[in-house]
Amino acid sequence: MNLNLKATEANTYDAIVVGSGISGGWAAKELTEKGLKTIMIERGRDVKHITGYETANKNPWELPHRGRVTTQAAEEYYLGMRTGYTANEEHRYLFENDKLNPIIEKRPIDWIRAYHVGGRSLLWGRQSYRWNEEDFLANGKEGVAIDWPIRYSDLAPWYSYVEKFAGISGSKDGLDVLPDGEFQPPMELNCVEKEVKARVEKKFGARKITIGRVAHLTKPADWQTELGRAACQYRNMCMRGCPYGAYFSTQSATLPAAVKTGNLTLRPDSIVTEVLYDETKGRAKGVRVIDQNTMEVREYYAKIIFLNASAFASTSILMNSKSARHPNGLGNESDMLGRNIMDHHLAVGANGTFEGMDDMYYYGRRANGVYIPRYRNWGNDKRDYLRGFGYQGGAGRGGWGRGNGMEGFGAAFKDSLSAPGAWNMGIGGFGEVLPDPNNRMTLSPDQKDKWGIPLIVFDAAYGENERKMRIDMMNDAAEMLEAAGLKNVRPYNDTTKHLGIGIHEMGTARMGKEAKTSVLNANNQVWGAENVFVTDGACMTSASCVNPSLTYMALTARAADFAVNELKKGNL
Amino acid sequence: MNRRDALARVALLMGGTLSAPTLMAMSDNFENSLAPAAGVFAFDVAQMKLVAEMAEMIIPRTKTPGAKDAKVPAFIQLMLKDCYKPDAQKAFMDGLTKLNEDSKVAYKKTFLLATPAQRTELLTILDKEKGQFWRMMKELTLLGYFTSEPGATKALAYVAVPGRYEGTTKLKPGQKAWAM
Repeated sequence: MNLNLKATEANTYDAIVVGSGISGGWAAKELTEKGLKTIMIERGRDVKHITGYETANKNPWELPHRGRVTTQAAEEYYLGMRTGYTANEEHRYLFENDKLNPIIEKRPIDWIRAYHVGGRSLLWGRQSYRWNEEDFLANGKEGVAIDWPIRYSDLAPWYSYVEKFAGISGSKDGLDVLPDGEFQPPMELNCVEKEVKARVEKKFGARKITIGRVAHLTKPADWQTELGRAACQYRNMCMRGCPYGAYFSTQSATLPAAVKTGNLTLRPDSIVTEVLYDETKGRAKGVRVIDQNTMEVREYYAKIIFLNASAFASTSILMNSKSARHPNGLGNESDMLGRNIMDHHLAVGANGTFEGMDDMYYYGRRANGVYIPRYRNWGNDKRDYLRGFGYQGGAGRGGWGRGNGMEGFGAAFKDSLSAPGAWNMGIGGFGEVLPDPNNRMTLSPDQKDKWGIPLIVFDAAYGENERKMRIDMMNDAAEMLEAAGLKNVRPYNDTTKHLGIGIHEMGTARMGKEAKTSVLNANNQVWGAENVFVTDGACMTSASCVNPSLTYMALTARAADFAVNELKKGNL
Repeated sequence: MNRRDALARVALLMGGTLSAPTLMAMSDNFENSLAPAAGVFAFDVAQMKLVAEMAEMIIPRTKTPGAKDAKVPAFIQLMLKDCYKPDAQKAFMDGLTKLNEDSKVAYKKTFLLATPAQRTELLTILDKEKGQFWRMMKELTLLGYFTSEPGATKALAYVAVPGRYEGTTKLKPGQKAWAM
């Protein structure tokens, strides 16, 4: 009895954070800095900052297959293969072997996972945009799904807070559609991008081209230098892990900040299977985990629990947490848990050749491109679909790869490939996906993974609104490039992709104003288990068309602040 | 061309400066040509010589190193073994055999015994026909060469850590393209 009590004490913390990616790292940082003894539980292995980035400093010739995917890896990383890049040799070690982590696809879903400390914070695209006021109002105005329980003004100070800490480089453009933030100096547009920007903005007043806003340090602040972070070195090898800590990741930023407090315990290799619910107290008391290597089952206890395992993983944990009070999964009175899968739809746009500026070039590899903020269904523009899209893209001069499409061989052919090729520019759309309750995930009643956890069954697909929007996304891209004088403009609309391909999955435990239509309240608390918070992509009530990670950061910091205040007041 | 190659090509077209999600957003519709792992694959001595000769004809040693200097032949063998499915491996081997047969028909000699002019003639035909074998040969030669240390650092300009970005620079006469 004594032994058990001791074990319970040893496993008791003030707070539990499940997951160590972008939002989990933020939860751990905020809670530990506010004085809470916090355990951050990660299902995958530990990856140490810098020393754990196996390929970060490898030259191209040090990769045996020069980045290409072996047939064996293609089979193992079969979901990753659908992206066309995540299974590549240089960064595959940070993505998940899909064969070892099966899912059931009633309809195909391109779920890209990264099970290790830092999660996808090591792999993200780093594009960082604030939502605008309209993004929080659109559902309510249009009668789509449910209204958000919060507005832009609720999040604005938290955007500022996370931007300052994370370090976002960008230009202040003064646009309502893309609110400005706390920026470090922007990266530069190259000469062709500048020219295309001038021509497009002259022809289409409402369409703006700006430099991407990215979570890269361009002028590190003191608090960033203190954590060991340095400015971007323009290597463009980010997905291998950055040895300079130049882009925001758990390892470069939130983890060292949390460790510094002395309040953090990091527990890798521990898969959370469920949240433990105390029926008498009407609140969660902890989580059960299984060690991914030894299969040992343990329990951890805390006053508050943050679920930040990624949208689908947090949702599956809630689904697997059944009790008399929550017979259909934690917080699932509404039957909305697992529904409304959203992402951003992409792989549609255009590219072309820019004639001229043959005597111009650039130096350095800028891991960033141009951004064209949404202009459709904005202001007076009205389309036959709802919401809109933005574009990302960029210009550059052709490399040796163009030789594959050229005739010739021999000395002259070789020499021609040693020189820079023609200027090309491409832009690709990122479109908003509407919430649809029929796009859902459930847990398999009979099939389990090797740890005995039910497999996730996905049954979701893009809808009519997305299909209609893509026509504009393709045609507008071609129209703008043509207006900018590009030649051989080639529009494309790849319809073979599925939800998940944007690696922005969200919506499966949405926030709302009431328990009968949502899973979380305005402070990201689970209805009926108010000491459980979900602040990853699962919480999203709609998707906007901008990259979501900055919003997860802001929501997490806000919820952590709320949680600690409530704890102090004795309300949790 | 599978999706991966296509994306790699887009990356190169764009100067290799775009982030992966941006590339993804821009990716076009390409079929996925992947399949189960292959068995043991290796060139015999004659095949290796033939591959080496062809690679060197595509990328010869000039003022800068050539395909052989960059160990492209061994790279092609490794790539065919690890990254291509059996039907593509067979197409490649068949291509080597056919090249010798064509040489014998045209010049009564195997490819390696033909004169340099005759060899060039034979490769020119392949280059015009753009069959699977030739496309693989050319793609793997270019990949193997321009990502090798001699290729990337001598035939191209390689900077491991640029340290800064300048979006507008003047191209100097004879300036080489960035290796990545």
